[in-house]
Amino acid sequence: MSELRGLIEQACPSSTLEEIEHAGELTIEVDPDRLIDVCTFLKAAPGGFAMLSDVTCADFLDGGGGAPTGYRFRLAYQLFSVETGERVRLRVWAAADDPEVDSVTGVWATANWQEREVWDMFGVRFRNHPDLSRILMPFDWEGHPLRRDYPLGGEEVQFSDAV
Amino acid sequence: MTPSETRTDAAPTIFAVEGREALEVARREGRPLAETEAVVAAAEAWTPADAAARTEANEERVAAIPGSREPMVINLGPQHPSTHGVLRLITQLDGEIVRDVHPVIGYLHTGIEKQCENKTFWQAITLVTRMDYLSPFFNIHAYTMSVERLLGLEVPERAQYLRVMISELNRITSHLVWLGTSGLELGAITIFFYTYRERERALDLFEAISGERMNHRYFQVGGTAGDMPPGFEGLLRQFVTEMPSRIDEYEGMLSGNPIWIERTKGVGILPAEQLIDLGVTGPALRAAGVDLDLRKAAPYSGYEHFDFNVPVGTAGDAYERFTMRLREMRESVRIIEQCLDGMPEGPHMADDRKVVLPPRAELATSMESLIHHFKLVTEGFMVPEGEVYSAVESPRGEIGCYVVADGGPKPVRVHMRDASFVNLQALRPMAKNAYLADLIVMIGSLDNVMGGVDR
Amino acid sequence: MALIPPPGAPLERAPRTDPNIDRDLRDEEVAQFEQGLLTTTVEKALAWARSSSIWPATFGLACCAIEMMHTATPRYDIARFGAEVFRASPRQADLLIVSGRVSQKMAPVLRRIYDQMLEPKWVISMGACASTGGVFNNYALVQGVDKVVPVDVYVPGCPPRPEGLIEGILILQNTIGARGLPTSSDLRAAAAASV
Repeated sequence: MSELRGLIEQACPSSTLEEIEHAGELTIEVDPDRLIDVCTFLKAAPGGFAMLSDVTCADFLDGGGGAPTGYRFRLAYQLFSVETGERVRLRVWAAADDPEVDSVTGVWATANWQEREVWDMFGVRFRNHPDLSRILMPFDWEGHPLRRDYPLGGEEVQFSDAV
Repeated sequence: MTPSETRTDAAPTIFAVEGREALEVARREGRPLAETEAVVAAAEAWTPADAAARTEANEERVAAIPGSREPMVINLGPQHPSTHGVLRLITQLDGEIVRDVHPVIGYLHTGIEKQCENKTFWQAITLVTRMDYLSPFFNIHAYTMSVERLLGLEVPERAQYLRVMISELNRITSHLVWLGTSGLELGAITIFFYTYRERERALDLFEAISGERMNHRYFQVGGTAGDMPPGFEGLLRQFVTEMPSRIDEYEGMLSGNPIWIERTKGVGILPAEQLIDLGVTGPALRAAGVDLDLRKAAPYSGYEHFDFNVPVGTAGDAYERFTMRLREMRESVRIIEQCLDGMPEGPHMADDRKVVLPPRAELATSMESLIHHFKLVTEGFMVPEGEVYSAVESPRGEIGCYVVADGGPKPVRVHMRDASFVNLQALRPMAKNAYLADLIVMIGSLDNVMGGVDR
Repeated sequence: MALIPPPGAPLERAPRTDPNIDRDLRDEEVAQFEQGLLTTTVEKALAWARSSSIWPATFGLACCAIEMMHTATPRYDIARFGAEVFRASPRQADLLIVSGRVSQKMAPVLRRIYDQMLEPKWVISMGACASTGGVFNNYALVQGVDKVVPVDVYVPGCPPRPEGLIEGILILQNTIGARGLPTSSDLRAAAAASV
């Protein structure tokens, strides 16, 4: 268990499920119900992660990526500490049917548009988001384009190597 | 409407359709309108009869209670000369004062991230470079750094110096475009021609080293596509020797200009804590006094070997951001000179034949190289399972690339964290109760590129 | 209209600035239309005036917009070809240079800007994305802006060099002015007149 995960466990017991160290980066998997507690702690801690760099999602339609059964969308929150330059990634799983996660706009204001993009592209709802509407696609677009079962679209081109 | 149909079968009416579409979808799904949808619908719901009725109602209201005028909802864009691209702003105006502004984006959404999942890691470089089209090298740099870290591939030192040198040249060209177009919007048209004069010479240099003026694919996974051609160093030295005097020219034109000062001083100030909370990075954050530059805070690609300062301001207004970017150009010139002076010998690409294409001369003599080349071009190299997020300090702030790989030749997910996308969120709090003319200055001072915002 | 010259004929290449550049390909078509259009001196003078002062609208979308800006700057300078200013309002512009990728959300906006322009108006589709969708063959882009507006000249490139855009504008000027070949504008006028 890394130092950071130890600190999180002290402040919010049983909130982290797993941690992975790969390519020099630390990823901590967080229980979806405790996400806001963990984020609030990490932001407020001394030398803490004052900046949320990125909220994004990856779709594991056919399993893989360590998906628990019934879960499909793996959200990643990139946190950045302005004082120390450290980074950490929080990982949260969302269900395959009607995926929903708590919104962290209350912790970092920057999550507003980032979560809207995840909603638009993947269809993951964020509870208590102030303005969950489509941001990149037109308002009446059907479907969530970055899902794996959504076709790439475009025109058919002969002899093209695009799959 | 299915995705592959175009959206032009609807007969174009005078007033826009997006608000109507949002209302229909909300009615169909049985939910209330979200905030942005409601604002767009409100902006577009005004037929001429509506407008007359509202004006009358307003007059009556103001006659009864002075100062109770309902703000006017005005739509700026997406085609508008001062929005730096296709940004739509729905402003609630009380006379000339902006009570609220809602940026509506997505007019340049290109589906780059989705398309990268269908390309090999090498092919995705050409897509990723077209995201933030004023800093194409920074997009590729973040992406190739992520892939290299997933592969555990080390970039040779010469390649790192080349990358730093070209990145800093890109920083200069990006700031030149910002300066020219910002001046153009405020009516200072001359600066536009002066900055593009320099940019032409820098684009000549890009063309010499990579073959393209824009949207190069010069950085590759493992290094750079080619080395400096003969004569390049002389041209680049000439450019950087003359650049400081040109920056003096721009300062002479604008820094002491009373009109420029009047229009930019005190405009667009937000406290530093709010900027960090909004995720703003780059010159906009440094102008507010926060010393955050990824080249110093989390150095990459050999930046720790270079001696340069990071300009940090105090006032946090548009004028300070202007000063920041000019000073950054000077620092970039210093870095380029250090690159040229200290360029190490060695290869410009890593040596791993499973990832990097062999030099073309070898293809005629070595069977193994031919097979490697064939496999790399048709199938692509395999990247072991994992996820990585790498960030670089672009002219606009932090550009990051989140790559998820699963051992195959194509990425599972490529996500670009773009600086402009996040910085643009600061526009709404910045513009509250400012003049409309100041809103234009604020957009310019944030320096957003819609290609990066919409991807 | 033989694309392949008959055997024994000398192979000539028209110089790039020759206004008769497409004469050998379009003779029959031109003969048909020239009966109706541009026969009087006044009309010829109008054509000359229109082609020599085409003012583009500011419709820069993406990377091609940057090269379009370069075309307006001192080194390449389209002002010397008559495109003196880029008009912000489509009501005051003659030429719509669609420079950049047109997304699904932007297509109705493009159409509306085009509709707001007054006749005669022309469209140059600048770059690969505007002409055919470019490298982005996916759900998000309109695969070719000619699905939305009628295009007069396609300028390939990603992005096209400023010289490429200038050549596109010159081809358009030749089409409007000296040769009398019908542009989309003339065809619309002819169709309206024949109704």
